[in-house]
Amino acid sequence: MKFGVAVYPGSNCDYDTYRVIRDVLNEEVNFIDYRETNIKGYDCIILPGGFSFGDYLRPGALASHTPLTGAVKDFADKGGLVIGICNGFQILTEAHLLPGALLPNAHGKFVCKHQYIKVENNNTPFTNNCEKGQVLKIPIAHHDGNYFVDEDTLKEMEDNGQIVVRYCDKEGNITDEANPNGSIKNIAGVCNKEKNVFGLMPHPERAAESILGTDDGIYILKSILNSI
Amino acid sequence: MDEKILSAHGLTLEEYKRIIELIGREPNEVELGIFGALWSEHCSYKSSKPFLKVFPTDAPWVIQGPGENAGVVEIDDKYAVAFKVESHNHPSYIEPFHGAATGVGGIIRDILSMGARPVCAFDSLRFGDPRNDGNRKNIKDAKPIAQGVVKGIGFYGNCIGVPTIGGEVVFDEVYAGNPLVNAFCLGILEKDKMYRARATKIGQKMVMVGSATGRDGIHGATMASAEFSEETEDKRPNVQIGDPFFGKRLIECTLEVMQKSLIEGCQDFGAAGLAGSTSEFGSKSGMGVRVYLENVPLREEGMTPYEILLSESQERMLYAVDEDKVDEVLKIAKWYGLEAAVIGETTDTKRMEVFYKGEKIADLPISAIVDDAPVYDRPRKKPEYLEETQKFDQNELPEVDLKEAIKKVLSSPTIAKKEWVYRQYDHEVGINTVVKPGSDAAVLRVKWAVKPEINSERAVAISSDGNGRWVYLNPYEGGKRVVAEAVRNIYVTGAKPLAITDCLNWGNPENPEIMWQFEQATKGMADACKKLNTPVVGGNVSLYNETVLPDKRINVYPTPVVVAVGVLDKPEDAIPSFYQQEGDVIVIIGEVDKEPIVNGSEYLKEVHGKVTGDLPPIDLDMELKLSSFIRENKKLIKSAHDVSDGGLITALLEPAFQEEKTFGLNINIETKHRPDFELFDELRSIIVISTSKNNLPKLEEEAKKIGIGFKVIGKVDNDSKLTLKVGNAEIEENMEELRKNWEKTLKELLD
Repeated sequence: MKFGVAVYPGSNCDYDTYRVIRDVLNEEVNFIDYRETNIKGYDCIILPGGFSFGDYLRPGALASHTPLTGAVKDFADKGGLVIGICNGFQILTEAHLLPGALLPNAHGKFVCKHQYIKVENNNTPFTNNCEKGQVLKIPIAHHDGNYFVDEDTLKEMEDNGQIVVRYCDKEGNITDEANPNGSIKNIAGVCNKEKNVFGLMPHPERAAESILGTDDGIYILKSILNSI
Repeated sequence: MDEKILSAHGLTLEEYKRIIELIGREPNEVELGIFGALWSEHCSYKSSKPFLKVFPTDAPWVIQGPGENAGVVEIDDKYAVAFKVESHNHPSYIEPFHGAATGVGGIIRDILSMGARPVCAFDSLRFGDPRNDGNRKNIKDAKPIAQGVVKGIGFYGNCIGVPTIGGEVVFDEVYAGNPLVNAFCLGILEKDKMYRARATKIGQKMVMVGSATGRDGIHGATMASAEFSEETEDKRPNVQIGDPFFGKRLIECTLEVMQKSLIEGCQDFGAAGLAGSTSEFGSKSGMGVRVYLENVPLREEGMTPYEILLSESQERMLYAVDEDKVDEVLKIAKWYGLEAAVIGETTDTKRMEVFYKGEKIADLPISAIVDDAPVYDRPRKKPEYLEETQKFDQNELPEVDLKEAIKKVLSSPTIAKKEWVYRQYDHEVGINTVVKPGSDAAVLRVKWAVKPEINSERAVAISSDGNGRWVYLNPYEGGKRVVAEAVRNIYVTGAKPLAITDCLNWGNPENPEIMWQFEQATKGMADACKKLNTPVVGGNVSLYNETVLPDKRINVYPTPVVVAVGVLDKPEDAIPSFYQQEGDVIVIIGEVDKEPIVNGSEYLKEVHGKVTGDLPPIDLDMELKLSSFIRENKKLIKSAHDVSDGGLITALLEPAFQEEKTFGLNINIETKHRPDFELFDELRSIIVISTSKNNLPKLEEEAKKIGIGFKVIGKVDNDSKLTLKVGNAEIEENMEELRKNWEKTLKELLD
């Protein structure tokens, strides 16, 4: 399976993502520059975390207008798998590949911690290796992770199974205390209707080796391998 | 020459005369600006230089000692780490957010210029006590400063993708008008691929890469070399503004041109801007430099040559490039969206010649600017206050309610959990952080995927310490203890301590008592470094950390911040700070039967309101024994945490507060001493360890062999209850209640 990791100026989880795919998953992986328009031959494109274009204007806003993001849209339209992590999620919402928006955290501060999330829908290419309701421990690190979407769209998304993961406590309870950024309905990650585009604030690549405190991210990464 | 003009450049009349002597004529305005910046305390170390010579700087594993942008130490056959700590104190009071942010940016570029991939940052912070906010006259509140500094560090470090994996935060009124912000960075490199700040040939081009030059930060170095007064607020324009987005691209660009062997030397633009980096480049290369200011990419119109030369705009780097490689370097810089231009070349004249649109506007011998800066043997005198503090006798202290005292110390802002701070830092980007913030030391894997590919099996441990109160009460002993404490935090993880970097934050050097503290403390530090075999491989000095008020001058405590670095064979070997399992036995090792002394302790300050008392000598032989005992027996030790700020009781409690679990403790300390002294002493070399019952006899035997005290004092429980007996005193308390005391403080004070 061949992964492509997008590199926008200011991406900073690109190397981590690359290293995990190459050294932990032992899969083929390339970097793809943001000026690139040809992304043929890839099975999955990852938009990594970081601060593309320095978060100028809004996180993800400038990156969403680059040649590469244009190519990613075409790739997604044709059913290609796309996963956006953290800033990648922000780029996907800015590019309208995913509904909703990521606002500044409700408490106004950057937050970096290990966070529990609950798999709400395991019938996606990104979660098929998880049990429904499974609780994963995955690091978060963001300033703008407060997911918002209007009520009608939210209802539609819930009906379509587009809410993939929510913030929860260790036992899987979806509570306000377990919500690290004020996201509506504790939403941590969503997919599009077709379920081939997935965005989430938590970083699965930071949770791929137990020495770092958790390897629950493997459940998500392995799901992608299952899907191809 | 008008003294006002001189003082605007931070120069004295004497220094001006020296300049005329050196160059044989009066300097013009541009030249005066160059001297002012390069001869500033910040750049020239004119007050501190003689005392820094006492530091040991060598060991078989040291590749680069002081004198370059960072020290470099090998960690295995192939790889090395480059690291350094630096102050950004003055800008951080004036403009906390940007002051702190640019401090992080600056130290990252220092590491980068050595050819290393910056992989982690540390920050050592000192603020006024926020509990005193609203009660100070002419000094700002501590809370907004702390908020701004922490946000600024996060803003820069998080964006640039260098994890901030640890540090310390101390609150004390002496820092209210002059917070200390010391930023540390560590990078990794292949040891035979180190770069230095020098050209290798005459006629080599100097290429400036990064952000365009603006008017920000002119005279930053001069500002950082003067005390704070009411006029300081006017210096806001002297504070530079950092842009981590440029910083990130500068890292990638620089590592790429290095990896492709396109550049010969590298120097970042720091204090004194272009004047500083080009003249230091010339000095270190033993060459002259010719600079063409009209080639410098500018951010704003109408900048004078003086401003271009002295601007401290951030995110700029200077490369030495052979002529035939210049085009390739410029092309790569452009690919990363950076400004780049050839701004000069090296010459055989040993002079700094600056041109602007065809006109020569400065022509100075480089030695005069860099090497012939004045060095002062400033007067020194033992401070008078010491007579008073050294007379203090702890036996006169009234007895107190122990339980209340424990809660008070645990919840003091300096002891309290620092989660409020480190939650705001991305401490995991880079996927190397094995031991995260909140432990004695942070532990980092040494791996990187590209530019360059690094694959060491080893790990590094990093810790910072700088108890200014100790140094205030006994500069020589305090200096020794600060080094020993930083090194101890390394060896309690099971790592082998390798070297230190230090940032010496002091008050006004023109005050003889302060200079005496400086001389004594550096001597103490040097003695400890020699004994512990941890040389000083770099650092910086920050003087004039003084607040001038209408009615008095407040100097910070003499605060040497020491960051120690050590190496572990494998990241899996790191001993945690936290207890691991109920039923495990808790043991204290080291000077367990020595008389406890609470002089200079957090307890004395928080509970009795005193900062006083003398410090007994630390036994560095005991430190060495403890260090080898822990390293040799790390497989038998399940957790280790040293006794320091907050005393034995804090060192017993903290390891029970795991991230997701609170253990109970059953402790019985037999002692003939006063229970409060036993619990709150910070001056004995004691480590709290835990081990399984099975391994206890073996450990005890090893301790006997090596000659360290070994005292079983209790066990880890699962019931979330503290049962503590110390001498005749008995305490019971709910551990969750104690945890709350420890956790809530910073959130309450700073949120």
